[in-house]
Amino acid sequence: MKKWLNPGLWITLLITVAIGIWPIITQEAAKREVIFTVLMAIVFASSLNILLGYTGYVSFGHVVFFGLGGYVGMYLIKEYEASIWLAALAGGIAAGLLAFLLGKAILKLRGAYFALVTIGVNEAMRAFVNNFQPFGGPIGLELNFKVYKPYGGPADALWMVYYATFALAILVAVLSYAVKQSKFGLSLMAIREDEDAAEVMGVVPHNAKTWAFILSAILPGVVGVLFFFKNGNIEPAGAFRLHYSIENLVMVMLGGQGTVLGPVLGAFGYQRLRGFLVTNPIFKNIQLSIAGGLLLLIVLFIPAGAVGWLRNRFPRLRRVLS
Amino acid sequence: MTMLLQVEGITKRFGGLQALTKVTFDLPEGQILGLIGPNGAGKTTLFNVINGIYAADEGRVHFRNKNVTGYKPYEMARQGLARTHQIVRPLNELTVRENVMAGACFGRENHGLGEATKIANEVLAFVKLDGKADQLASSLNVAQKKRLEMARALAARPYLLLLDEVLAGLNPSEIASMVEIVKNIREQGVTIIMIEHVMKAVMNVSDRIIVLDYGQQIAEGTPQEIANDPKVIEAYLGDPKLAEKLMEED
Ligand SMILES: Nc1ncnc2c1ncn2[C@@H]1O[C@H](COP(=O)(O)OP(=O)(O)OP(=O)(O)O)[C@@H](O)[C@H]1O
Ligand SMILES: [Mg+2]
Repeated sequence: MKKWLNPGLWITLLITVAIGIWPIITQEAAKREVIFTVLMAIVFASSLNILLGYTGYVSFGHVVFFGLGGYVGMYLIKEYEASIWLAALAGGIAAGLLAFLLGKAILKLRGAYFALVTIGVNEAMRAFVNNFQPFGGPIGLELNFKVYKPYGGPADALWMVYYATFALAILVAVLSYAVKQSKFGLSLMAIREDEDAAEVMGVVPHNAKTWAFILSAILPGVVGVLFFFKNGNIEPAGAFRLHYSIENLVMVMLGGQGTVLGPVLGAFGYQRLRGFLVTNPIFKNIQLSIAGGLLLLIVLFIPAGAVGWLRNRFPRLRRVLS
Repeated sequence: MTMLLQVEGITKRFGGLQALTKVTFDLPEGQILGLIGPNGAGKTTLFNVINGIYAADEGRVHFRNKNVTGYKPYEMARQGLARTHQIVRPLNELTVRENVMAGACFGRENHGLGEATKIANEVLAFVKLDGKADQLASSLNVAQKKRLEMARALAARPYLLLLDEVLAGLNPSEIASMVEIVKNIREQGVTIIMIEHVMKAVMNVSDRIIVLDYGQQIAEGTPQEIANDPKVIEAYLGDPKLAEKLMEED
């Protein structure tokens, strides 16, 4: 198949691998932690991009899938001593199921209405979990140290989670590319450009949008399990942090919505910037304001994001940047 | 003659506005039906009812001997209906070829991307847009966007094609080339309903014409009959001599 030889895919994979392999070579735990955040953001941002960039629907509350996935996984690990792999799978399924149920209800809304309702969904889920005793209510769930034993103890478990997240980042790049090159992807982009015209051509908008929503929810759910497993505990305030959604939105916009490479570059660039800001005494308290300001600047001046801008400025690059 | 489309007593109201009143006609396979009338007469609304964008308040639509009343636009597309929009609706950030592929992919024949690419290239050559295939749709001028609308609709290989003012805003040479395209489409056996204000063209290509005025069907007949109908002259054409001028061949 010719399309699998496309440099658009390989450049994205190469950059993802280059980012992820660095701490493996140096075997430094500190670097691993930094890059773990980047890889997690790549998974989250690229997933969000399927909805935001390909389909044109803005989901502010996307972190709800991360949080719910995390909770379901942690619950299974804590109460049933499930393996991390089973828990991660269950977290992904739970997130996908929530997207499916929500999709039927809220994907009829367009534009700002949809975006607002997604915030409401996240807040409602946080309030629900806060009062849901099996998930520990406001206190949340804490793992006992012994759950890391089967993976060779906490130190090895951290490396294992890192490898798993790295694998997910590679998977999400392939998935983004495969969706974009498919007939399904074409239907999403047609919806983004003009939903009514797409329907006149025969696209079934509610089916296509629901599938896009489900696809964009699953991997954030999986990565939620990995993140909280590594953390050792989960609580409502940490699981449903609205600003994490918004930061991921900034990453997608920064790198280039609707492109395969964009969210990868955006996640890397934004996390590096964030890392600099939070360690800098002057900026550390206004780090989120800077994210907001950055979003404003992107929307005003380079709405297509870095990769989009390059593609528009140098049409020849269209063949290599996908 | 087999009837491709039967429209029976279609009535559509927008609040207090009576946009269509009991519109009724049969369309045999292979014909071109012209739909004319003053601005706001309800022509586009009739298209919107036929292709399922609006549900009619009264009446029925049969398409290929099937009752399709209340079908959604995507269901009508799958039945073999395609249309162009009066105000063009290109998928701006996609290439011209991708726009046309979308027409082929999701319509009646439900093609995969490979086959759709082939069809898109053929259709683009047919409407003479093949030179622009790899550009973004947003980069086209108005005349080219009209041809893109046409190409996208044709790529679905429809049984019935609804054309909403494809000649509006074109210069005389562009009109001539578009009229050629319409005639060629008919040669391929596609049935067409054409809304048009450019009288000369519509008189020239239509087998039959229906005139709408304030949602009422005030006349129906051959171009010759319509051009000489006193009601049509009063409501729409204005100048009685205009009719004769329109009917002359250049
Ligand atoms: N969605 C809508 N809501 C309310 N009124 C509408 C709607 N669509 C059309 N109308 C009204 O219905 C009437 C018929 O409109 P329509 O667009 O069908 O006219 P038309 O014959 O296509 O005119 P034109 O030649 O200007 O395109 C007009 O008075 C219009 O304002
Ligand atoms: Mg109209």
